[in-house]
Amino acid sequence: MYSIGHPDPGTPIRISTERVTLMIDGVSVNVPKGTSVMRAAAKAGVNVPKLCATDSIEAFGSCRLCLVQIEGRRGYPASCTTLVEPGMKVTTQSGKLAQLRRGVMELYISDHPLDCLTCPANGNCELQEMAGQVGLREVRYGYAGENHLEAKKDESNPYFTFDPSKCIVCSRCVRACEETQGTFALTVLGRGFDSKIAAGNTDFLSSECVSCGACVQACPTSTLMEKSIEERGQPDHVVATTCAYCGVGCSFLAEMKGNEVVRMVPDKAGGANHGHSCVKGRFAWGYATHKDRITKPMIREKISDPWREVSWDEAIGFAATKLRAIQAKYGPASIGAITSSRCTNEETFLVQKLVRAVFGNNNVDTCARVCHSPTGYGLKTTLGESAGTQNFDSVDQTDVMIVIGANPTDAHPVFASRMKKRLREGAGLIVIDPRKTDLVRQPHVAAQYHLQLRPGTNVAVINSLAHVIVTEGMLREQYIADRCDLVEYEKWKAFIASAENSPEAMEAVTGVPAATIRGAARLYGQARNGAIYYGLGVTEHSQGSTMVMGIANLAMATGNIGREGVGVNPLRGQNNVQGACDMGSFPHELPGYRHVSDPAVRTLFGDAWGVTILAEPGLRIPNMFDAALDGSFKGLYVQGEDIAQSDPDTHHVLKALSSMECVIVQDLFLIETAKYAHVFFPGATFLEKDGTFTNAERRINRVRKVMPPVCGLADWEITVRLAEEMGVPMQYDHPSQIMDEIAKLTPTFHGVSYEKLDRLGSIQWPCNDAAPEGTPTMHEQQFVRGKGRFVITRYVATTERTNRDYPMILTTGRILSQYNVGAQTRRTKNTTWHAEDLLELHPHDAEFRGIVDGDLVAVTSRAGETVLRAKITERMQPGVVYTTFHYPESGANVVTTENSDWATNCPEYKVTAVQVRKTNQRSAWQYEFDENLQEQVSLLPGGDAAE
Amino acid sequence: MNAVKLGKMANEIAAFFDADPDRTAAMDGFVGHLKRFWDPRMRRELVAWIDGGGGTELIALVRDAIAQRREQILPAQ
Repeated sequence: MYSIGHPDPGTPIRISTERVTLMIDGVSVNVPKGTSVMRAAAKAGVNVPKLCATDSIEAFGSCRLCLVQIEGRRGYPASCTTLVEPGMKVTTQSGKLAQLRRGVMELYISDHPLDCLTCPANGNCELQEMAGQVGLREVRYGYAGENHLEAKKDESNPYFTFDPSKCIVCSRCVRACEETQGTFALTVLGRGFDSKIAAGNTDFLSSECVSCGACVQACPTSTLMEKSIEERGQPDHVVATTCAYCGVGCSFLAEMKGNEVVRMVPDKAGGANHGHSCVKGRFAWGYATHKDRITKPMIREKISDPWREVSWDEAIGFAATKLRAIQAKYGPASIGAITSSRCTNEETFLVQKLVRAVFGNNNVDTCARVCHSPTGYGLKTTLGESAGTQNFDSVDQTDVMIVIGANPTDAHPVFASRMKKRLREGAGLIVIDPRKTDLVRQPHVAAQYHLQLRPGTNVAVINSLAHVIVTEGMLREQYIADRCDLVEYEKWKAFIASAENSPEAMEAVTGVPAATIRGAARLYGQARNGAIYYGLGVTEHSQGSTMVMGIANLAMATGNIGREGVGVNPLRGQNNVQGACDMGSFPHELPGYRHVSDPAVRTLFGDAWGVTILAEPGLRIPNMFDAALDGSFKGLYVQGEDIAQSDPDTHHVLKALSSMECVIVQDLFLIETAKYAHVFFPGATFLEKDGTFTNAERRINRVRKVMPPVCGLADWEITVRLAEEMGVPMQYDHPSQIMDEIAKLTPTFHGVSYEKLDRLGSIQWPCNDAAPEGTPTMHEQQFVRGKGRFVITRYVATTERTNRDYPMILTTGRILSQYNVGAQTRRTKNTTWHAEDLLELHPHDAEFRGIVDGDLVAVTSRAGETVLRAKITERMQPGVVYTTFHYPESGANVVTTENSDWATNCPEYKVTAVQVRKTNQRSAWQYEFDENLQEQVSLLPGGDAAE
Repeated sequence: MNAVKLGKMANEIAAFFDADPDRTAAMDGFVGHLKRFWDPRMRRELVAWIDGGGGTELIALVRDAIAQRREQILPAQ
């Protein structure tokens, strides 16, 4: 069921310039052509009874409850499947209609348990509501006949139950699975009385179901019911907020009972998700109240000392004293901070302000360093703005999409559902990925071209595609002439047209047949609207920034930027990657992507904060580690990021952390980095604070506090207190005031305020006088930088090479049920689906090494070794293996190397030369990990060592 | 900081800009990149390392830039 109290007009909205006027129960109503009578009635304030209809899926016309009478027509048509016509006169209430509806309800209820008072849906049940609405007073058939009341309940899914005894086979769940989610896991088995909803021929957990919950939301009874509602009952109030998982940035209604979350329901008014969600956002919020939460500040002199719980005053005082002492001893540039994409814009803004105005340097960086920093560099260089060009809705106008190095069905599932819907409507698809991702082939979706390239050869592929565009006459010359820098364009054109970039020449490098490249280039180049979506498979390479620029080149060359349906669309990994970058988290940029070398910008911020901003860039995260090891960087404040798990070459990272004199970690749990910390500030979850997140489409969404912070302070308050303790007061009473300061200092945010966000729901920046309600599509009239800049993108092979010792390539990624380092999702029932990280490898490679499914295998690189369980799958190409990094004990980053993108130092997670062999024990590093974990847990208050 | 690593990074940056057929533009790009994205201590150490005889294997663009644009690369004192 959808959230209590929200109207459901029954059928989806229709967009049309043509309008239709009709009369419903004597009321005149005007609606777009194509609208159903049911929806038109809702607009007229008339609620027609319904059961099989809901506004998130197409009308089906099966329940026969929404019958109406239409003047001049015979019979009683279903209002959900009947479209409005000019002059139509509709009657929704009459004696005959009441009789028919009661008869229908009587039949439904004759095979439905009469346990309303103890039913979890009591208070939010459409069946109950409709029975009341149609005036059902008796069931003449009795309950003794054949029925389904003894049907067995399926409780296999950790988050919801399926009770077929309560099912009315309205098929809303089946249609939601198909239309909304696009998984096709559910069906109706049997016919007539034997009809039943089934997840194939198995239970829900074993089926193809991805637990997005769309079926649960669509169910009008308690057949599909959240276990949290079964356990806690219906909510007493609702707060609109934003998911804290991936970069889709889904809007949610947090259904509350006092300060306890009862259920999260995706908001139909959400601009990014339109009422859909995935298993993480809808269900995996239990970590917020997990017993592992650390709720009191802690300090210690050395990382081998027991932690001491102290007051906020003492902890903040301790941290401030340590940081100032380090600066006094080693110089002002010896400390810095790392912001997180898991934190709000306001929190991130404050941390970079702390660094620039209080620490007095530019040593601030963010976790986007290790994911999308090449996007910032590449799109700023070519187009003029470090952001994606479209909104998600744009995909509805796309004719051909290229998906590069992204696995949206796992990492951006709600947007993947939108993509799949468009693909089912006939859009073309090109997938560029070393693995056979789900998009390559699944029910009703298949890529016309899968360019299964060798890891590390992205630039060779994008150059080959562009070569075909240029040499086969598919350039949009007029577009280029009007909008691009022609000097740079001519240089690029000569470069890209050279034989070295031809698909035939590059085939030996990429492993992709030239004919496939040519076919794909023609499909994209000849499309009316071609859109490119990409992920970390583009950025996390030694040529990550080159590849982003290659993508922008291709889009400009084909005229595919500046309108709906096209564009260059980075799919951001975490919820606030875009926002963290916007807020000045990089060591070379102030908020709004303005370089610190710009004196006017420095003056603007310097005057506002009463300080002098340094003109030189600071250290990036990997530079911080190197500087720590050379003794010039000694203090680090890390807010909401687990660098010890997520950053490459774990040995190097841990050595750097161990060499520092003060590491301050602000987080929810004893994360890996906290084991090397001297100060622990307990953080707040997204449920415990106000703020904003900015998603992958530049959409600023409000995060609203639904419960008080369990540790007493919201994260922004901690940063403010630390600044004050270090001698620089920051005056804020509420995050809205921080946003006001951001808006005042940042041109792309000039028009943003909490008042406007509350009024509009969300805003896509730039939002200013030129675009007071935001900018869904960028670069419409011209590129932000003026003329679009083509950049020469020569393919340069990575220095990470295979050889006899390391003959395979390891590439890393993520899966649907877990999120990033897993600190949140590992503390939910999502572990049901993914309890450990596995090593995927091709059957040929497995056979050659005598490996069978489930074997322990050692993965060894030049950086280190770890041991994982093998999963043999033809998704992999021979010679390439894959794993995820959701569990710290997996040690995926023990194996990855320090290689990085030339422009941004974004790590080359996607290419590590490895050897794989069968083993029977864990790696030496994993034994060390266990010992360290045991020791650090014992140092916690209440632990063995602390007593 | 690890000078060899700085040299490798500089080489990779130069390899990108080296693709530009306009040599002045290539050097501008390389030097500009170091100035815009490298912390001053990194630039100082790179220059000191090359001055001390390191980096002989680096591509010409790196060595030429250090020789010809030293003042631009090094931070103001």
